[in-house]
Amino acid sequence: MAETVPEIHGGVHRHEPPKRWIRRYVFSTDHKVIGIQYWFLALFSVFVGMALSLLMRLQLGWPGEQFGFLKTLFPNAAANGTISPEFYLSLVTMHGTIMVFFVLTTAPQGGFGNYFLPIQIGAADMAFPVLNMLSFWVTFLALAVMILAFFANMIDPDAAIGVLGPIGGWTGYAPLSAIGESAGPGQGTGVVLWVTSIALFCIASLLGALNFITTMLNLRTKGMSLARLPLTCWAWFTTAVLALLSFPVLLAAGILLLLDHLAGTSFFIPANLYIKDNVLTEHAGGSPILWQHLFWYFGHPEVYIAILPGMGLTSHILSTFARKPVFGYRVMIYAIFAIGLLGFFVWGHHMFQSGMDPRTAVAFSLITLSIGVPSAIKTFNWIGTLWGARIRFTTPMLFAVGFVSLFVSGGITGLFLGQTSVDIPLHDTYFVVGHFHLIMGVAAIFGIFAGTYFWFSKMFGKRINETMGKVHFWLTFIGVNAIFIPFHVMGMQGAPRRYSTHGNLEYLGGMAPLTKFISYAAFVTIGAQLIFLVNLIWSMTRGPKETEENPWEATTLEWTVPSPPPHDNFAGHEPVVHRGPYEFSVPNAANDFCKQTDPEPAAGD
Amino acid sequence: MGTTATTDLKVTNSGLGSSGPGPGGSDPFGSGRPKDWPPGITRDDRIEPKKYRIGMWAALASILMLFVALTSAYIVRQGTPATRPADWITIELPPVLWLNTALLIVSSLTIELSRRALKRSDYAAVKRWLSLTTLLGIGFLAGQIVAWRQLAAQGIYVSTNPHSSFFYLLTSLHGLHVLGGVLALTYVTVAALRLRIGLRRAVAVDVTAMYWHFMDGLWVYLFLLLFFWK
Repeated sequence: MAETVPEIHGGVHRHEPPKRWIRRYVFSTDHKVIGIQYWFLALFSVFVGMALSLLMRLQLGWPGEQFGFLKTLFPNAAANGTISPEFYLSLVTMHGTIMVFFVLTTAPQGGFGNYFLPIQIGAADMAFPVLNMLSFWVTFLALAVMILAFFANMIDPDAAIGVLGPIGGWTGYAPLSAIGESAGPGQGTGVVLWVTSIALFCIASLLGALNFITTMLNLRTKGMSLARLPLTCWAWFTTAVLALLSFPVLLAAGILLLLDHLAGTSFFIPANLYIKDNVLTEHAGGSPILWQHLFWYFGHPEVYIAILPGMGLTSHILSTFARKPVFGYRVMIYAIFAIGLLGFFVWGHHMFQSGMDPRTAVAFSLITLSIGVPSAIKTFNWIGTLWGARIRFTTPMLFAVGFVSLFVSGGITGLFLGQTSVDIPLHDTYFVVGHFHLIMGVAAIFGIFAGTYFWFSKMFGKRINETMGKVHFWLTFIGVNAIFIPFHVMGMQGAPRRYSTHGNLEYLGGMAPLTKFISYAAFVTIGAQLIFLVNLIWSMTRGPKETEENPWEATTLEWTVPSPPPHDNFAGHEPVVHRGPYEFSVPNAANDFCKQTDPEPAAGD
Repeated sequence: MGTTATTDLKVTNSGLGSSGPGPGGSDPFGSGRPKDWPPGITRDDRIEPKKYRIGMWAALASILMLFVALTSAYIVRQGTPATRPADWITIELPPVLWLNTALLIVSSLTIELSRRALKRSDYAAVKRWLSLTTLLGIGFLAGQIVAWRQLAAQGIYVSTNPHSSFFYLLTSLHGLHVLGGVLALTYVTVAALRLRIGLRRAVAVDVTAMYWHFMDGLWVYLFLLLFFWK
């Protein structure tokens, strides 16, 4: 018990890690171990989510084709080797939910944020290490329940054969998500498990957010003023504030949905709902639109929860490898704040087609478009950072530049969709799917890749292979554009999303070759991710040991400690910060950079 | 650190902290620097009252958002008097709720008294007021259960009508949070009765009081929303 005592104190300096294996690597309170746990959880989830998208592309490219391996893998759901529309919908649902929650929300914040926020601010740990451990393990439990939801038909004897999990998409719109199995297979037990998992995830995220906010406000080391914080920290902090204020709303919605399912209430179920030739008489008066409001009040900030850490990281990496200070450091912070703040007032743009009063829609539209201003500020500042620089094109730098590119191409289409008149024809088409995949999905994933290549040696003490990294980058970058830019074309032709095939829509006949092309592009891109996986495993096991503290010649505090850092980060020594975070190409300095801990030049220098 | 840290320090120095082993068996303020104190570590690193206050503010913000979301659901579901759905029947206020409300408001006063007693190191008063607050908290929870039982006896359950759904939902979510508060109160009360209020437990009293006031205010708000918002 002796080694557990200091943990009660919260973020304090400790000398030795716990001796017992289970306390050191499993139920650890060390933010670095927890960060790596989150990172591995996201890595597992991203490959699950990707495998689901592989199946979807298989179905879309070759609808109706029989695949023997599908029969073997899913004897119930794909009994004759083809993916049924319901099975396809459950793939869509699980792909979206797993990717949004367990990858995009988990890796940048729970993974990198946990690992590097305390080190970058000069703290020995998070403010509440035990809460931190809890928040990881609740996330883990949430993932387990989510995977269980996918196999709901195995544990629910009444569930119809031919489907695996819930089929309502990651948004789980009411009333079809609220009335149980009569809305379709997987909508009974499947939805109950799905929403339970999301509720658990909300609780875990709240614990995490509380910890991030307290850590950054209270545990900064001597000299680490707010204006000397790396932009990554500002991004993690803002993300935590967004999570703190938006996840409770999703939790509330989830509780109401669970009650509709299990307690016979009618929060979301209107009177006399007509489903499959039956009238549901036991419910009355509920509002399906209420679910949409609650869901998107969370859902839109969630987009920024996914992307803001990537923005912070991109600024950080661009500056490091351009060997120039971030262009407009303070403005970058204000832009992060502006995006976070405005993000709370735009949820209605997901609901233009819900019968909303046009005047309300105009208000939502104007606020939505105004997010373009801070977004453009960030983009121009990134370009300003790169302008005239002698850029070192390392793998993390490639992914950071790729992030900017995807942010621009994904963001531009946001301006289309934010206008009510343009949104009406594009609503629920592949245009929307292409838009959010580029900006929220792939851009955020590029942020995660950039972070992985940038910090790999710090986290694992081994160097990651740069050649494989560059091949991974180019294949992925070309691949995602080859997948998602054609999505926009299909959307403009009116291709509806969530259909397991467009083959029966005559007006989309001309799109069949393009659909096949997208599938091929997806297969190549997925193959490129295997290079990434091989690189990770190879570098972790056989890679050369990282002997340097600061291989990238970077400035922030994580580069002043060994790789990987000791248990209490700074070995009982408290770093003192004298400088801003991005002092590159400093005139008259010995190197072309000054670490944050380098003493200030004497007066008159 | 702000002035609060110094105030808390005074509490400990006045004798209580050193009367028993402090947190981790080595109360740094009652008995001097522990031997295993790593170099370069300051008192502020070790125990930071401010940290717990920031954490509590953040927690309260998220709890507030949970109830804000449920309030918006309530208002949407209820509609305006002109658009009120036919199935909306306001349940009759169980009279025991008046008593429960009174208990919780008084408990808010008593925890404030114990917090102030702690600041002037009046430990007899701390013990008295903390114990009373805990009892009042338990009394409130018991009273809420009585209210549920009375409604159930009238045949009013969660799914009876939308207002009863919200009543059961809001009272149980609030009750769950109060239960957490009662557990925290029990912890600090036991510590106080055993005369073990060091700096850290003084902080625990402080953040528990913040939380308790919030739960009190939240209840008054929910009470008004459920029975007086038309």
